[in-house]
Amino acid sequence: MGKNSSSSGVINIKTGLAEMLKGGVIMDVVTAEQAKIAEGAGAIAVMALERVPSDIRKDGGVARMSPPDLIEEIMAVSSIPVMAKCRIGHFAEAQLLESIGVDYIDESEVLTPADEEYHINKHDYKVPFVCGAKNLGEALRRIGEGAALMRTKGEPGTGNIVEAVRHMRRINAEIKHVCNIDEAELMTLARDMGAPFELLQLVRKEGKLPVPNFAAGGIATPADAALCMQLGAESVFVGSGIFKSDNPDKFAKAIVKATAHFDDPAIVLEASKELGGVAMRGTEISEIDEPMLMANRGW
Amino acid sequence: MSNPKPIIGVLALQGAVELHKAHIEACGAEYLAVKTPAHFAQVDAFILPGGESTTMLKLIERFNLWDSLAKEFSKKPVWGICAGSILMASKVISPAQKAFGLLPITIERNGYGRQLESCHVQILGYEVSFIRAPIITEISDDVEILSQYDNKPVWVQLGNKIASTFHPELNKQYPSPMHKYFVDLVRENA
Repeated sequence: MGKNSSSSGVINIKTGLAEMLKGGVIMDVVTAEQAKIAEGAGAIAVMALERVPSDIRKDGGVARMSPPDLIEEIMAVSSIPVMAKCRIGHFAEAQLLESIGVDYIDESEVLTPADEEYHINKHDYKVPFVCGAKNLGEALRRIGEGAALMRTKGEPGTGNIVEAVRHMRRINAEIKHVCNIDEAELMTLARDMGAPFELLQLVRKEGKLPVPNFAAGGIATPADAALCMQLGAESVFVGSGIFKSDNPDKFAKAIVKATAHFDDPAIVLEASKELGGVAMRGTEISEIDEPMLMANRGW
Repeated sequence: MSNPKPIIGVLALQGAVELHKAHIEACGAEYLAVKTPAHFAQVDAFILPGGESTTMLKLIERFNLWDSLAKEFSKKPVWGICAGSILMASKVISPAQKAFGLLPITIERNGYGRQLESCHVQILGYEVSFIRAPIITEISDDVEILSQYDNKPVWVQLGNKIASTFHPELNKQYPSPMHKYFVDLVRENA
């Protein structure tokens, strides 16, 4: 086949897959059985992980990459892309995931970080990476390291959308700021944000992030998905929300429906009525002990 | 009668929709993202974009769009890209799924493999992308092969129906030769 790298002016093959995933829902799955439900409900991709975030919060302990045989089982039953999570900085887990042949790796704060100083050098891999960010500087640092897709960190496993909204609004506001300031101020801003200067120039030129930006962390209802999409998210990741709800199949279908027509309240209402039960019980962010605030993991 | 500024509707249920805008406009045509029957009636031609064909199919069925789309497709030019080409086939394998049967081709989903096999190649001297691409495994004699890659048809046409298994829309040199070819066809059909 052809080559993996692109000429200038062509979106690279890693971000190309992210472009194909726009306007949809990526669902966290722990087993092949859940992966089948997710695909049947219309997920654009599934995310394999050891435990969903709300269970990680509840049960504690170290959260790691999903066992390889489980990921292979999920890949065997899925015709849609399969993503899998590795710990922040755990490049050996990333190497395993690439060897297994997953379609995307999420270097994720949901798992217990393996390195508190360095993230993975994602340029080293042929498989694309998605990473989370709370603000523009963090997003551009991850893109600088080779991430091909960004998402908000939110606060996973809480069913509380407040942090995802904060991160989406903050990144939007910072992009506007970058576009509005005098060009002479850009280097100082790069210093203050800790963002690579060339990527900041690119944001200023294009008026958006150089890769797609999805929402994640706390999405628990069709209205939450519609909110994130209207704030500019190009797709949504739903973790604990689906398989911790009363009726995962109906719930997953409702979120997919609301995401496709996020700007039509009548359809989002229809989807909300089709949930087949109540959403997961939410958690107030201030009730969470500091070490379990996942959004603060990574830098 | 040729229509100088046709409206090209890109099916916007899911996938790489917006990237077509600059290509379509560079051809002097109008871009419209479409997802309801009212929209479908307004356009002169359709692009079925790349994305996940299973998701699109489920949304088409869940929103009861099958019949209205089939009716529009029967009278207007349609170009399906990657997932869109799967929706156009007469037969889909690996796994089997429903399709509109607009072109007498058999298409194998993810035929080239997973994301690690995705790549850039040159078609007509223009850089395009294969992303978890399907393979056209069987093709009726009356279907014209516009381009081949790796000894397999990758861009095919029968009448006003076109399918490509690759993505030209990820290239930011506007318009792509494939968009130009399609818009020219739409103009001639008007």
